[in-house]
Amino acid sequence: MTRDLRVQTCYALLLGALLTASTMLVRQVDRVRSDEPIQEVLYIPSPKVVKRLSLGYSGLLADIYWTRVVQYFGNKHKAKAKEYLILEPLLDMTTTLDPQLLPAYEFGSVFLAQKPPEGAGDPAAAARLVEKGIRENPQAWRLYYDLGYIYWLELKDPAKASNAFERGSKVAGAHPWMRVMAAALAAHAGETETAIYMWTNILNSTEDQDLRANALNRLRCLRVDSEVKTLQERVDLFTKQSGRLPSGWQELIGAGLLRGTPADPKGNHYRLVAGRVQVENPDLFPFITTGLPPGRALGDLPGEANFKVTKTKL
Amino acid sequence: MKQSGGLTSDIILARTMNAIEIQGLEKSYRTGFFKNKLKQGLLPLSLEVEEGEVFGYLGPNGAGKTTTLKLLLGLVFPSGGTAKILGRELGDIAVKRQIGFLPEQPYFYDHLTPLELLDYYARLSGVESRERRRKVERALARVGMSNSGKTQLRKFSKGMLQRVGIAQAIVHDPKLVLLDEPMSGLDPIGRREVRDLVQELNEEGKTIFFSTHILSDAETLCDRVAVLNKGELKGVGVVADLVREVSGEVEVVWNGAQAIAQLSALGARCHSTGDVVRAILPERSLDAALEILRKNQARLTSVTPVRATLEDYFLARIGETKPKEVNA
Amino acid sequence: MIGRLWAIAFNTFREAVRDRVLYNLILFALLIVGASVLFGQISLDINRIVLINLGLTAISMFGIVIAIFIGIGLVSKEIEKRTLYTVLAARPVRRWEFIAGKFLGLVMTLTVNALLMSVGFFAAVLYVSHGLGRGDLSLVTAIYFILLEFVLITALALLFSTFSTPIFSSIFAFAIFAVGTFAEDMRGFAQMAQGVTRWVMTGAAYLVPNFASLNVIGQVAHNTRIEPKLILLNTLYVFVYTTAVLTASVWIFERRNLK
Repeated sequence: MTRDLRVQTCYALLLGALLTASTMLVRQVDRVRSDEPIQEVLYIPSPKVVKRLSLGYSGLLADIYWTRVVQYFGNKHKAKAKEYLILEPLLDMTTTLDPQLLPAYEFGSVFLAQKPPEGAGDPAAAARLVEKGIRENPQAWRLYYDLGYIYWLELKDPAKASNAFERGSKVAGAHPWMRVMAAALAAHAGETETAIYMWTNILNSTEDQDLRANALNRLRCLRVDSEVKTLQERVDLFTKQSGRLPSGWQELIGAGLLRGTPADPKGNHYRLVAGRVQVENPDLFPFITTGLPPGRALGDLPGEANFKVTKTKL
Repeated sequence: MKQSGGLTSDIILARTMNAIEIQGLEKSYRTGFFKNKLKQGLLPLSLEVEEGEVFGYLGPNGAGKTTTLKLLLGLVFPSGGTAKILGRELGDIAVKRQIGFLPEQPYFYDHLTPLELLDYYARLSGVESRERRRKVERALARVGMSNSGKTQLRKFSKGMLQRVGIAQAIVHDPKLVLLDEPMSGLDPIGRREVRDLVQELNEEGKTIFFSTHILSDAETLCDRVAVLNKGELKGVGVVADLVREVSGEVEVVWNGAQAIAQLSALGARCHSTGDVVRAILPERSLDAALEILRKNQARLTSVTPVRATLEDYFLARIGETKPKEVNA
Repeated sequence: MIGRLWAIAFNTFREAVRDRVLYNLILFALLIVGASVLFGQISLDINRIVLINLGLTAISMFGIVIAIFIGIGLVSKEIEKRTLYTVLAARPVRRWEFIAGKFLGLVMTLTVNALLMSVGFFAAVLYVSHGLGRGDLSLVTAIYFILLEFVLITALALLFSTFSTPIFSSIFAFAIFAVGTFAEDMRGFAQMAQGVTRWVMTGAAYLVPNFASLNVIGQVAHNTRIEPKLILLNTLYVFVYTTAVLTASVWIFERRNLK
């Protein structure tokens, strides 16, 4: 029967080779299709129509749209896109097909609101989406939190933000820090530390990889902001004491104002240029508001940074 | 028709090429819900069919006749044993040009006409394009379907389909023709025509192998037959020899009811109508019986040997549990 | 060999045509004419978009359904009706030749079907757009991709019919078509998964027939240009994948006892 075995082996090998080749071709096809200028058109724009067409399988279709949201955003983010025209419609589609898909609302609350390329730069749309989520899921306390964040950080409305946190804190099972946030906002407490507190809580309470990465980024930037502030104060002190601008960190170390050459959370040394503290590579810290070389836009932390250096887990 | 006796060694050599040679061919199936039971479709079979003969393959339904054919034709794979067709091993593709096959209850492509169908088959068998038309028409004529050549097959009756089936089996002029129940679905006229056709083909030198359960056809047509039952070969041989083996009775007819009792004692079965008695008794008891009748002064009308039929042989073999061979 | 392949292919084609398969074209024609007349009332742009979406989807859907139903019959029906026996048993036809011939015959049928439909379709587009533009070239590409879809699904239907009954074969074929339509999303899912699920999902997502990338109907309706590289890659893919499926079909069929 060895002849038979040889024949079977030939078939198996041939089949294996062909399937491997086809897999490689699929990868190439995927690459070409994702390189195409990403379609900013939803082929069936109306969510209601899609829901009807889905013949009852709207849950599955929602999941499919959800993956498309993630792919769409991921691809454009990688390409440092300046606009995300169909992010809102895609999210609207997803949440119409499955109104209980909480991750979609949370994703939208962050990435619709943030300025490009970190998001679509449309906080009003983000707020609308989250309000929709709250209507459909009144017991999901996290959504109130997301809403509060949007109002405070992006729409610069602490009153509405506090109100959102307040509503959320009343929901059964809400995390106690909702009430803290409500109170802090109402009292216009130190915004940097509130922000750190908030981002840390986001980081610790979500599994979503994109949200975690974003939160870490924000925390790092907040740390940079505070470090730059501290360093700038030391530099200003040196200037006042010595009557001239320091030429480098060595001078401050010599004056006992620093223990060593300061480095940012990414490990690059801070730079001292004409008496101003700057970060080496601003692109690594898209949300910072200080330490930017001249000509770069500011971030979006409201109010005056009344900081306290707090330890955060990074 | 086959010749016998007085052959020179050269001709014997030519004659020993077997059309079909089967050695220990067997087929078993796995049945049962868990596929753990083994069912023997065909027990190890050894058989030879000589070139130029008409061979009948007999057996009740389910005996394994069709299985044997399918094994020979490569539709089903054997569990053991080997076979050769026209000297070539099973699986040889080229030899198929020399074979014609009619399956049981054939069915064809509904929407074709016989002419198209036969042309298709002729093409597949490798008939040259210039000859195709001629051979197709000839095959149709031989089965008496010339007039229906352009009608779509879905309009045909069973008998007509059967004829078309035979036509496709012979259109390419094969040396060996295998027919599975060729008479099924035919009326007596049709069966007669098929019988004549088989003889014609045989006279052209073709070997015919056909399976059937209609024994009278086999009896008149075949040189040799084999009997199969429940997957087992029960007997093979020349028809005349087999039949002779089973008979051995005589029928005695006489006037006068006196002797009945005594004859019955000899093992005779008697049947009387008025004064006329008909008795069937074993050949060996004939002398004793005639003696009795003479003593009783019975008026003897006739003494006739009872001709056994193939059916008797068949039924006898089917009834047996062990296979029996008569000089094959 | 070529002679036999052609004979089997042509026979398959002839049988399909006479089986009134092509009557579906009439239904298609009615659909297209009806749609273009109906939408003639709305603005020109929407009209064209709807017509293209409808027309191309119809060509695709009709073809897929025909491919599956006839494809299933290619082997299953032949075994059931025993027409197969006369072809394989007493003719010098190899089993693989039978499979290949049947496949080619059905692809022929579908191509003719699609081409006839395309003529009607382009006529309707002409009527609606009052002329052909450059964007209409991409329509040809879309139709070509639909033909590639037919080739894929035919091979798959044939594969299923080599080992399964007609009912199950049709179910499998429709199912795999549905799954293949979401192949790109499956690959997206796989990327987001972890552990064993990720491996299984990735494997499945790549092995499933990639119908997703062959559907460019939405794009051409909005007049988007199709990358030439995509045309080449899709052609290669269908060629390779179909060969794989046919190899599997032949493998199974060669070993099958035809009871």
